[in-house]
Amino acid sequence: MRKQRAEALQPLAAGDDAALVARLRAGDEAAFTALVTRHHGALVKLALAFVPSRAVAEEVVQETWMAILESIARFEGRSSLKTWIFRILTNRARTRGAREGRSVPFSSLQDEGRAEEAVDPARFTPAGMWANPPRRWDADTPEELLSRAETRALIEQAIETLPSMQRAVVTLRDVAGWGSDEVCKVLELSETNQRVLLHRARSKLRAALERCVEHR
Amino acid sequence: MLTCKQLTELVTEYLEGRMSLADRIRFQLHIGMCRHCRAYLRQMRQTIRTLGKLPDEPVPPEVLEDLLRRFRSWKPTQDR
Repeated sequence: MRKQRAEALQPLAAGDDAALVARLRAGDEAAFTALVTRHHGALVKLALAFVPSRAVAEEVVQETWMAILESIARFEGRSSLKTWIFRILTNRARTRGAREGRSVPFSSLQDEGRAEEAVDPARFTPAGMWANPPRRWDADTPEELLSRAETRALIEQAIETLPSMQRAVVTLRDVAGWGSDEVCKVLELSETNQRVLLHRARSKLRAALERCVEHR
Repeated sequence: MLTCKQLTELVTEYLEGRMSLADRIRFQLHIGMCRHCRAYLRQMRQTIRTLGKLPDEPVPPEVLEDLLRRFRSWKPTQDR
C-alpha cells in the first residue's frame, strides 16, 4: 500500500521543495492533494501523541493544513518542507493538548527519560545474566505478526499507552521511518534525548510484542 | 565484561551506531558468546521492522474533499 502511494506521488517525490511550494502558491490542486495524501496519516499519528482523542487529532491536522496554506508564502526553505509542516503540527498539537488537559510540558521530558529498565529486572540473575531469557521468534516475520488482527491491535494499544514524547519519537522514527536528524528538528530534541526516548519506547514495545507472541 | 542486563540498555545506542569503537567491540563480543542476547537483539530488530509495517492511515475522502474545498477558496486571495 505504501509502495503504491509512493509511486502515485512520483512527480512530487523528487525532493524539490521549491517546485512544490511554487505549485501550491499557484493553486495547483494536484500538488496539494499529493502533499496531503503523503503526510496526513503520519500527521494524525503524531498529533495523537499530544491530544486525547482521534477526533481532536484530525481537527488539529486540518487546522495545520490551513495554517500551512496561510503561511506558505513565507516558507523560506531553511528547513525541508516536511520538517516545516510537522513542526507546525507539533506546536499546534501541544498547545491543543495542554488546553484539553493533557498537558505536555517540556519538563515532562525529564520524567520520560528517567531511569526505567528496558527489561523487567526479575528476568536477570543478581549477576545481571539472563535467568528468564527471550525466546526466538524466527518463525514470525513482521508481515506474519501483523496479519493477526489481535497482534496489530495490541501493538497499537501499546503505542497508545506510551508517554507523549516516547510515542512521538517512536512514531516518527520506526512507524514512519524517519531519520534521527529530522525527528530531532521536528520535536526540538537533542540527539541524546531523542535516543533515550526511542530506547524506552522500543523496549516497551518489544516487551508488548513478546507477551503477544508467547501467549498465543 | 558486559552483563546481559547492561546489554539490553545499550541496544539502541548500538543500533543507532552511536557507540565508540571500544564499546562496540565489547557489545559484539558479548553478542558473539551469548545466544540469549542474540535472541534479544533479534527481537528488537523484529520489533522495529514490525512497527515499520503497520498499515498507513489513508486520508478519509471527506476530509480530503473538505481540504480541497478550502484550498480552492484560499487560492483567489493569493492572486490579488
